[in-house]
Amino acid sequence: MEIRTILWREWLYVKRRFWRVTFSQMVSPLLYFVTFGMGLGSMVKMEGQSYLHYLIPGLLAMTTMRNSYTSVSTRISVMRLHEKSFECYFYSPTRMYLLAIGHILAGALRGMYSGLFIIFLALISGAGLSWSGWLLAAVFLNTLIFAAIGFLAAMMMESHYDMNNFTNVVITPMSFLCGTFFSLENIPVFLKGLVWLMPLTHTTRLIRTLSFGGPVSWPAMGICVLFSAVLTACCIWKCYRE
Amino acid sequence: MIVCKSLKKSFGKVEAVKDVSMEVPDGTFLGLLGPNGAGKTTLIRMMTGLLIPDSGCVEFDGKAMDRNAMEVKRSIGVASQHINLDKELTVQENMEFTGRLYRMEKTEIRESSERLLDFLGLTSVKDRVVQKLSGGMKRKLMIARALIHDPQYLFLDEPTVGIDPKARRDIWEFLQAQHKKGKTILLTTHYIEEAQQLCNNVMLIDDGRIFREDSPEGLIAEIGAYKVEYYNADRMQTELFGDLASARERTAQLDCPCSVRPSTLEDVFFYYTSKEVGGWK
Repeated sequence: MEIRTILWREWLYVKRRFWRVTFSQMVSPLLYFVTFGMGLGSMVKMEGQSYLHYLIPGLLAMTTMRNSYTSVSTRISVMRLHEKSFECYFYSPTRMYLLAIGHILAGALRGMYSGLFIIFLALISGAGLSWSGWLLAAVFLNTLIFAAIGFLAAMMMESHYDMNNFTNVVITPMSFLCGTFFSLENIPVFLKGLVWLMPLTHTTRLIRTLSFGGPVSWPAMGICVLFSAVLTACCIWKCYRE
Repeated sequence: MIVCKSLKKSFGKVEAVKDVSMEVPDGTFLGLLGPNGAGKTTLIRMMTGLLIPDSGCVEFDGKAMDRNAMEVKRSIGVASQHINLDKELTVQENMEFTGRLYRMEKTEIRESSERLLDFLGLTSVKDRVVQKLSGGMKRKLMIARALIHDPQYLFLDEPTVGIDPKARRDIWEFLQAQHKKGKTILLTTHYIEEAQQLCNNVMLIDDGRIFREDSPEGLIAEIGAYKVEYYNADRMQTELFGDLASARERTAQLDCPCSVRPSTLEDVFFYYTSKEVGGWK
């Protein structure tokens, strides 16, 4: 019941700002697509393929990641710190685990929606990607993980400045360093360990392999499921603590 | 009946609520009065489950809030001090959202919100987004939302702050009607006239402790039912008397402009306010 209520409320929010939501999530991937994909793409080859072809799965991972993270973190931090409307959940008979799951799901769905634009870019650029249920599952896991990170961050921050700092210090570097734009084989050794700890590295690799028609990597899938389960558990814990 | 047993809450080194025990019988309209920082909001937040007490417990009809939170929360409605409506949603959507959180059926939500919005004069703006409402309308919506699930207990934390006198009167009228229906209402306010108009019981709180509890009439009688006011050396002086005859006798002795009037709850408030700025006696 709570999950449906939260999804309904988030749907009303998106419906009311549909064009703003849609256009704002198109800007960054379109810029990366034009500058890196179309500009540099013709001059560079990556892991034996054209750079444009290589870039699209990375853009898919990064766009769905950023939109699921931003949609949840912004909504929760505004509701919690500015509107204070988040406390309605606490004096109503809302089950805390469903509160966390509802918001994470809402964020994941926003992330999936932003992925539609990348699919459109892939189609018009002729980057023939191999679409499958496993690829969708990998993208969905990616959105779940980052919606959970967004939820957790927004629940822990005490001001909008803290939220902004977290995005700048953690999310932005992650979106560039985790193999979205380049192969991780070439990164310096001292960064490798750090990069492997980041969830986006695993989801990007998984999404890229599946996009190119490769087999499902069960260890990578397992790591992604583990990340999403642990982060969701942390979100639930934080809701009970709040 | 609401029972609070030895409630304590600290924030760091600041003890906001110190060992508060109280009982609120069903059907009471209780006013919680005290200066800023007295602990009113902290106490209400503990009673409504928004804050976990450091020690002590709150019971509603014998059910402890901490062990029966889901059940207890269904029987309470809360209107916070700050406007915590979802500003992106319309009036009707805010009502529906709250109704859904209380697991009400769609028809129940529609009937209840129609009735409440009509009573509070919000029907004409039910499709308006909350951020486009006036302050008074937002306050009314907060109260309507708190009542959507028809709770037995209603907690109102300064519900009329920052609104015009007309809207305030409308809210008073509405709350009096709710009280007549048998609801138990707990109100904190800085408008002492509001407490005097509405409440049949008042608790005075300061420094995290409740130190007086009685009906408004009882509290007034305690300090003196009549007040003599006069100017002496360009300063307003006041004296309190238990009966009108004593007050009149005093005015006859004064050789300066003076007046006698019945004491109010506001006089009780100031009586217990220390002469120094800030705390209470």
